Amino acid sequence: MTWVNDIVQGVMLGGLYALFACGLSLLFGVMKVINLAHGDLAIVAAYGAVGIVALTHMPGAWSVLLAVPIFAVVGYLVQRTLIQASLNRGVLTTLLVTFGLSVVIENALQQFWSANARTLQIGALATDHFNIGSQISIGYLDLVILIAAVAVLLGLQYYLSYSKQGRLIRAVADDREAAQLCGADYRHIFGIAAAIAFGTVALAGTAYGMYTSFYPSSGSSGFLVLFAFEAVVIGGLGSLWGTLLGGIALGVVQSIGGQIGSTDQVIAGQLLFLVVLAAMPQGITGFRRAA
Amino acid sequence: MTGATAVKTREADVPAVRVTRSRRSVLWASVVAVIVIAVLAYAPYVVYASTTSILVNFFILLILASMWNLLAGYAGLVSVGQQAFFGLGSYFVLIFALRGVNPFFGMPIAAVACGLAGLVTWWLVSRLRSGYFAIATWVIASVCYLIIIRYPSLGGGTGMLTPNMPNFSARYLDALVYWVTLGVAVIALGGIYLLLRSRLGLVLTAVRDDETGARSVGARVTRARLLVFVIAAVGCGAAGALEVLAQPYVQPAPAFAVQWTAEMIFAVLIGGIGTIEGPIIGTIVFFALQQWLSAHGTWYFIILGLVAIGIAIWAPRGIWGVVSDRLKLFPVGYWLWPRGGGSGSALSVLRWPGRSRASGG
Amino acid sequence: MTDSSPLLEVRELTVHHGQLRALDNVSLSVFAGDVFAMIGANGAGKSTLLRSVCGLHRPTSGSVLLDGTDITGLRPEKRVAAGIVMVPEGRRLFPSLTLEENLQVGATYTREGPWSIARVYELFNWMPGRRRQLAAQLSGGEQQAVAIGRALVANPRVLLLDELSLGLAPVVVQRIYDTLPELLATGVTVLLVEQDVSQALRVASRVHCLLEGRTTLTGEPAGLTAESIEAAYFGLASAAAPGPWTGDSARTLPEESR
Repeated sequence: MTWVNDIVQGVMLGGLYALFACGLSLLFGVMKVINLAHGDLAIVAAYGAVGIVALTHMPGAWSVLLAVPIFAVVGYLVQRTLIQASLNRGVLTTLLVTFGLSVVIENALQQFWSANARTLQIGALATDHFNIGSQISIGYLDLVILIAAVAVLLGLQYYLSYSKQGRLIRAVADDREAAQLCGADYRHIFGIAAAIAFGTVALAGTAYGMYTSFYPSSGSSGFLVLFAFEAVVIGGLGSLWGTLLGGIALGVVQSIGGQIGSTDQVIAGQLLFLVVLAAMPQGITGFRRAA
Repeated sequence: MTGATAVKTREADVPAVRVTRSRRSVLWASVVAVIVIAVLAYAPYVVYASTTSILVNFFILLILASMWNLLAGYAGLVSVGQQAFFGLGSYFVLIFALRGVNPFFGMPIAAVACGLAGLVTWWLVSRLRSGYFAIATWVIASVCYLIIIRYPSLGGGTGMLTPNMPNFSARYLDALVYWVTLGVAVIALGGIYLLLRSRLGLVLTAVRDDETGARSVGARVTRARLLVFVIAAVGCGAAGALEVLAQPYVQPAPAFAVQWTAEMIFAVLIGGIGTIEGPIIGTIVFFALQQWLSAHGTWYFIILGLVAIGIAIWAPRGIWGVVSDRLKLFPVGYWLWPRGGGSGSALSVLRWPGRSRASGG
Repeated sequence: MTDSSPLLEVRELTVHHGQLRALDNVSLSVFAGDVFAMIGANGAGKSTLLRSVCGLHRPTSGSVLLDGTDITGLRPEKRVAAGIVMVPEGRRLFPSLTLEENLQVGATYTREGPWSIARVYELFNWMPGRRRQLAAQLSGGEQQAVAIGRALVANPRVLLLDELSLGLAPVVVQRIYDTLPELLATGVTVLLVEQDVSQALRVASRVHCLLEGRTTLTGEPAGLTAESIEAAYFGLASAAAPGPWTGDSARTLPEESR
């Protein structure tokens, strides 16, 4: 019954994907920005965490506590400058600018860190696991990542639904001009949303760095950005809960695919994505909401 | 208390105009173009193979850039997955070569095969809006790559050498590759020029400026886009096939690398999107930068990327866009001349979207 | 009752949409306590004027003054803080937010004043029962009321109303306009744009007519005749002026009755 274990592994992998997709979902939901540099930003966070550890000699796992707030601030600044300027030009421009950013980031990383693979060292936590029965093995790190993903996504959903700032974000996402007429500076609100998105990217990136080894082009040729998009689309737009489900669905399908053949892991996920696009473009949650 | 004031509605001024398709500068440009092509054709007799090799790469990128420009600048389709057709073009040549077909003859067949692949891809992605469209094309490119590497008969993940290349001397082979590449580039650019002059070109420009408006006057928008997508697939496939002729060792990772798309996009952005001259200028700048920074590997892409970002935000019409107010080489627009006036002032009515106001000459 | 200086003043405002001149040297003064109605045909520039006053549209030349202070350069959200709040054309509620959340957003950047969500619930007593409904599910008239409420909870000094009657049944429109006196009683000055001329005349203390971006008429309703308003609205020099359907063409169609 190893397929049960495959599904369990897939669910946990899906947690990581959901964490990746969270920021993307937010950026797109609020600003209609398609961030093609998303994967690369996560990798920057991973490299950043490695750098923090090298500088401060703090344990790898704690680097997250620094990386996330730093990235959040960076996100706000990037939104207020680069992304806002692109948004003023149009959709095409944001697409091109984020693509350009992706290339610049990857090459800059390669320039300063070399193309060698790295990992964020967290000691035994990376490989320790416990067993359920004889078939199911659960890694502590994987479990922590899954719990973090659920916590972040549900927490964010709660924040958006019930807090004053969250309400403003939703209002600006609906109609930014009407929000202006209510007194809201939408550029600032966009900045807050971007800060949150970048924060989650940092979390995902450092988690990824602990989970596996990474190299400068992991973001694009490592397909991270594609996985993030696939999770969002499969789960359905406009719902963070959907993003969680989408990530898990992707993880499970990839895991099962991986059992069929080692190269089939990624393809299985891509095919799921294409099928969803063709047959059910509104995604899992959109399907239920369809009325 | 104020009484009513009488107001006369202004009558719109409707000038009587004469419509032409080109200006005198175009004639000079055509002459120059023929001369340039003739000079380029003569090149293998006078320069080293290393130079023609660089020129081959230049032409390949020129074809790619022109195709991407056609897609994004005229049909409004932003694809970040054109490397799919580039890689397929390469691999089709390999597949045909393994069955005994001379790669030089395999090239046009491969290009057509990529056109069919384009048709299939369009069926999958045509309903998607901009961001989704872009991501979907990228996913499809990655799927092509992932499928190909499963076949050891095609070299698997490490690649293989294309067999059945014609048995000529190295010098003659290089020259042959060069002429074929030059020929395809000329055909590609010439074809695009004729396409945009045609009715299809008018439809595309109308769609580019205002899609709803274009549909409402009956323009067959989807049909036009489909055609452009397939043409771009053929073009990118041809470029990939040419790459095999230049570099017979075909590897999957470089063939399907998203780098190709990056180069296409940057060249077009810098040169000027939505114009025919733009990709030419952009490719030239690109190669100039490459030669200048060739020792510095990754810096080259960093600088290029930053320049492209800067241009996208602050000078979205690119180099040619800025220059073209003065000069028009490929006449696909219409010039309006007031009747009875000599040179008068002409209104150029072809502009990149969003800036479609007419400009007085 | 007129104050010596206007609360809101528009001076020689010229506004362009790209190449099109939407407003041409328009000036007007709104005094505290006014219900200032702008009328005019489609495309006359009324909504453009309102959008320029609230900051969504930058004028080519001219200025907007609030209480003597030039606010022409102020961003829309800052004008809300200054006391100018608009109820936009088409309501523009936040569709994915509930009725109450819409009001809460409006109340986020409120000034000092008598209006609160509770007070809006008193004004429109059907609202509390529907507070958790999504704005997108409300009827047109209900949305209009919520839009007005959303503007009110910001405690504006000048309330801009853009085409309230658009897409609504006359009876509904009437009910909405009936709430105007209560607004005025709390010290709100109203500047409204209205296609329905008779409705505008019923509620307005001053009327201003635009045609093709220019002022054609301004005054108090009592002092204007129907003919003068009609002439200003349609831009007729006089009723007997030659035009496409009178004058020459009439002579070529002897059989047609006039």
